[in-house]
Amino acid sequence: MANVLANIFGSSPVQPLEQHIGVAFRCAKQLRAFFVAAIAGEWDTAAAVRDEIDKLEHEADDLKKEIRLHLPKSLFMPVPREDLLELLLVQDKIANLSKDVSGIVIGRKMQIPAAIADQFLDFVERNVDAAKQARKSVRELDELFTAGFRGAEVTLVSALIEELDRIETDTDSKQAELRWALYEIENSLNPVDAMFMYQVIDLTGQIADMAERVGRRLELLLSH
Amino acid sequence: MEAETVYIVLAALFGLFMAWGIGANDVANAMATSVGSKALTIKQAILVAAVFEFLGAVLAGGAVTDTVRKGIVDTDLLAGSPELLVYGMLAALLAAGTWLFIASKNGWPVSTTHSIVGAIVGFAAAGIGVDAVQWGKVGTIVMSWVASPLTAGFIAYLIYQSVQRLILRQEDPLAKAKRYVPVYIFFAAFTITLVTILKGLKHVGLTISLRDSYILAIAIAVGISLIGAFVIRRIEPDKKAEKHQHFYTVERVFGVLMVVTACGMAFAHGSNDVANAIGPLAAVVSVAQNGMITAKSTLPIWVLMLGGGGIVIGLATFGRHVIATVGKKITQLTPSRGFAAELAAATTIVIASGTGMPISTTHTLVGAVLGVGMARGIEAIDLRVVARILISWVVTIPAGACLAIVFFFIFKTILP
Repeated sequence: MANVLANIFGSSPVQPLEQHIGVAFRCAKQLRAFFVAAIAGEWDTAAAVRDEIDKLEHEADDLKKEIRLHLPKSLFMPVPREDLLELLLVQDKIANLSKDVSGIVIGRKMQIPAAIADQFLDFVERNVDAAKQARKSVRELDELFTAGFRGAEVTLVSALIEELDRIETDTDSKQAELRWALYEIENSLNPVDAMFMYQVIDLTGQIADMAERVGRRLELLLSH
Repeated sequence: MEAETVYIVLAALFGLFMAWGIGANDVANAMATSVGSKALTIKQAILVAAVFEFLGAVLAGGAVTDTVRKGIVDTDLLAGSPELLVYGMLAALLAAGTWLFIASKNGWPVSTTHSIVGAIVGFAAAGIGVDAVQWGKVGTIVMSWVASPLTAGFIAYLIYQSVQRLILRQEDPLAKAKRYVPVYIFFAAFTITLVTILKGLKHVGLTISLRDSYILAIAIAVGISLIGAFVIRRIEPDKKAEKHQHFYTVERVFGVLMVVTACGMAFAHGSNDVANAIGPLAAVVSVAQNGMITAKSTLPIWVLMLGGGGIVIGLATFGRHVIATVGKKITQLTPSRGFAAELAAATTIVIASGTGMPISTTHTLVGAVLGVGMARGIEAIDLRVVARILISWVVTIPAGACLAIVFFFIFKTILP
């Protein structure tokens, strides 16, 4: 027997969204181990990590599809459905970028120049931090829904987003320094390798950009 | 066997079956939130439901039962042929039961109350005459079907808004919850007790003066509130669980409140829905025993107890399974939200029971849930279900009526 009370509740996107950012972050987090292995020239390890990234990216994709499938227009929610779908989209980009950047490196067996290796790892680390902070912010979604997007919980999330912005600004300046360091040694590199190195830096930096956009999307929800 | 005995036995069997169906299906709506949020175990829920459904049916079920048994059909027109009322009421029970069976097979959100009222109107209009229906009263009943979900929704909206403002949006929600939840418990217990005393008890032969009613209601509410406060004080914050969900312990405090509102909901449900099963039975019994229709006949208490008992049997046999299933599906209704919905619905239903309005308890609860949703309290509500409910309103009354007409003429032919 179909129960009216049971059916009136649509499947909530909140837990799945929190789960999705969790997977996206784990995907980005793998980049650390991946680049350590790549710099050390341990390509077997790097390939294994890359497989893991691939797997996680698929997992995020499946979750994304699942959430979209269960978010029909007939749902009545405290926040617009479109905003939640946008949030999902930027969350998913974090996983996509992690896959893209590791794909380029493994595909060309790219050598990160020793002169900038440490600086580069530091930069990766900071981008992963941004993804982590995005996860921390999104994990407040269920509390936000409970409190109806008002009051103390909003202050808490705003603080989390501010910290996220600080991390993102930090990655920006690290990215500028890194590009400068690369520019200084680029003549000693194979031109094609140098070009791809610029691209890897660029893609990695976009992870923090996407994390920041997750924050922007959350902020939009807060203003409803 | 005499014809009168046949009538009473048949009506009692049909009525018992209806009560069983109500207990098996509808009670789950009252208890599932408490089980889903782990405020009660399933065994405790069944015990609470059994006790309070029965109490509600016996203590406060009289007024609605009177409406169903003699408020819809104008019995004056039947003075010469009282057996027509017997056939009609038997037909109405069978028609409502059949329609509910068809509806639940197809997953339609049909109300027991709407089915039985539709069936009674049907047999009276077609079997006796259009004038035999007290259209004014029927109009009031239909109005109450629209008003009850709206009222419950509005109350739920206000309650949940107050919960958000006073507790959930504050810096220290746990401390605020511990302070305010006993007050909510007081209001929940007070409203339900007061309406029961004022409106229900006269049907079991008790009369209490207005002043004493208030004093008694306040005394009972303070008592329950103190017990609640005592239990709440012993709730310790669970730091580990709160890392994942800041409102974890706050919700446990609301869980205590939820136990109280679940009792209220079960009581309210028993007080209103028992009439669907035993209203027609009571009509048959009074005709069969007196040989005629007497407007002044009182409701025998054993009839109420049969209805209450039938609900409890339904609960014990199938209710357990339904509660567990529904409980799993309504996890969005956490105690802070669930209590707001239940308290609003229970209050509305008890008031309707007191004034003798047979309303749909399920639809009232759905209205209350939508009210919490309007207060931005629920993550996702599927509006398609609301549309389906509205369609079922339109379909149920003619369907119940047509079935009742068919059964009425069959009974008229075959019964002595």
